[in-house]
Amino acid sequence: MASIVNSLLVVVLGLNLFALGSSRLNAVIRIVALQGALLGFLPLLIHQPIGLAAVVAAVAAIVLKGIVIPIMLTSALQRAQIKREVEPLIGLLPSMILGALVTGFAMMFAAYLPVAREHSDLLLVPASLATVLVGFILLTTRFKAISQVIGYLVLENGIFIFGMLLVDAMPLTVEMGVLLDLFVGIFVVCIIVNHINQAFASMDTRRLVELKE
Amino acid sequence: MLNTAIHLLLLLLLPPLLPGVINKTKALFAGRQGPPLLQSYYDLAKLMRKDLVLSSTTTWIFVAAPVVTLVAVLLAGLLLPLGPFGAPIAFTGDLILFAYLLGLGRFFTTAAALDTGSAFEGMGAAREVTFACLAEPALFFALLALAKISGALDLSAMLHDPLAGPLHTVMAPLVLVAIGLFIVLLAENCRIPVDDPNTHLELTMIHEVMVLDHSGPLLGLVLYGAAIKLFVLSALILHVIAPFQTGHPWVDWPMFVGEMLGLAVGVGVTESIMARLQMRHVPYLLIAAVLFCGFGFVLLVR
Repeated sequence: MASIVNSLLVVVLGLNLFALGSSRLNAVIRIVALQGALLGFLPLLIHQPIGLAAVVAAVAAIVLKGIVIPIMLTSALQRAQIKREVEPLIGLLPSMILGALVTGFAMMFAAYLPVAREHSDLLLVPASLATVLVGFILLTTRFKAISQVIGYLVLENGIFIFGMLLVDAMPLTVEMGVLLDLFVGIFVVCIIVNHINQAFASMDTRRLVELKE
Repeated sequence: MLNTAIHLLLLLLLPPLLPGVINKTKALFAGRQGPPLLQSYYDLAKLMRKDLVLSSTTTWIFVAAPVVTLVAVLLAGLLLPLGPFGAPIAFTGDLILFAYLLGLGRFFTTAAALDTGSAFEGMGAAREVTFACLAEPALFFALLALAKISGALDLSAMLHDPLAGPLHTVMAPLVLVAIGLFIVLLAENCRIPVDDPNTHLELTMIHEVMVLDHSGPLLGLVLYGAAIKLFVLSALILHVIAPFQTGHPWVDWPMFVGEMLGLAVGVGVTESIMARLQMRHVPYLLIAAVLFCGFGFVLLVR
């Protein structure tokens, strides 16, 4: 089982790099959707035996992150008629290399952390740290409001991986609450994106710093 | 002995079938009938009967290059074990020779392209070498990771049974190495996300543009060498993604051929569902391949 979980996690780490390196917003949305859907299978693999709580958490995560949120983001993108390119503060290649560096850093750092023995051969801690850091890179280096939402999604994926460590301790309601928050947050942002676009004719967060009446 | 004979036969006869399978898959995706599966063999037979036209600016390098390239990839194919069987030639450290035989073939192809004195071909040669600088480290990291898992330094020992180590430490690096090697396979054989083998616009071609001046039997040798390179790299990646064996040669050989054709279908599907990358984005893909293979290695030594 550990081998399948680890393979899944390295694919997730790879998707982080592709999310940092792709130049089209649509492609980034699809990559993050795939990442979320893959992560949805984690509770099923880690919980043995599979209980109802794990199945509910997995199905909810897969449907929400793999299908509903990407559809909302894509339609918001279409309605707001944003240009399809991401506008990074630092280039795509440097941000990919930065992503690789933080992944390596997460690997080294996680090796020093005391983890419960049943998790010690899993890559859960380094993968979650790396995904959170990549989420930060996406959040801080992209100028479009919608790509910041995508960075937030990646950040949440990292936290979701970390949550797998305490999945026995964390009740289903907390898990569902997090998913609901995420869903509502993105729902609101997708509406706001549309309104900002009508009011300011720009989605560039650099221009959204001044208050006016 | 028999296995060596089958190895040689497959290495010499099977490769032109792979482009046929890829083209058929692409045609099916596009709703066309497509050229027959054996089209590459017909093309080779036709080219071999044709006359040779040599530009007056070329020297002996132009004629030697396709021959050297073909011999280099054939030798690389002899070093590489196919499926669960041993390679005809194996010694410690042959992975270096394997990688540099591929490099030698590329060197002569680019030298011949520069030898024609055509501006277009020089451009193609520059691109090929630029991308190769990134594909080669990925290949080396992949081989390094496989050597680390098996503890052996010859291809036959190190590619057999890559799952030898404890499964939970080996599986994740192997997934990374497989992804990295697949990108290298696409880049080295000028398949679609990197290069389009069907394009005939000099400004966007990479590999095709380098062989524009080759004609007749020389072009045949170039195409045959390219098919063998595809075969060799596919055989390498099959060790990582499909390390199955039954121990019975009469089951294992057909299974190997089936896996090879399956991988060709996989390449065809990848080409059908992906658009070609912009030329300036190709290095990103290759750097991703380097990072994948490098991470596989880092995970192993961690």
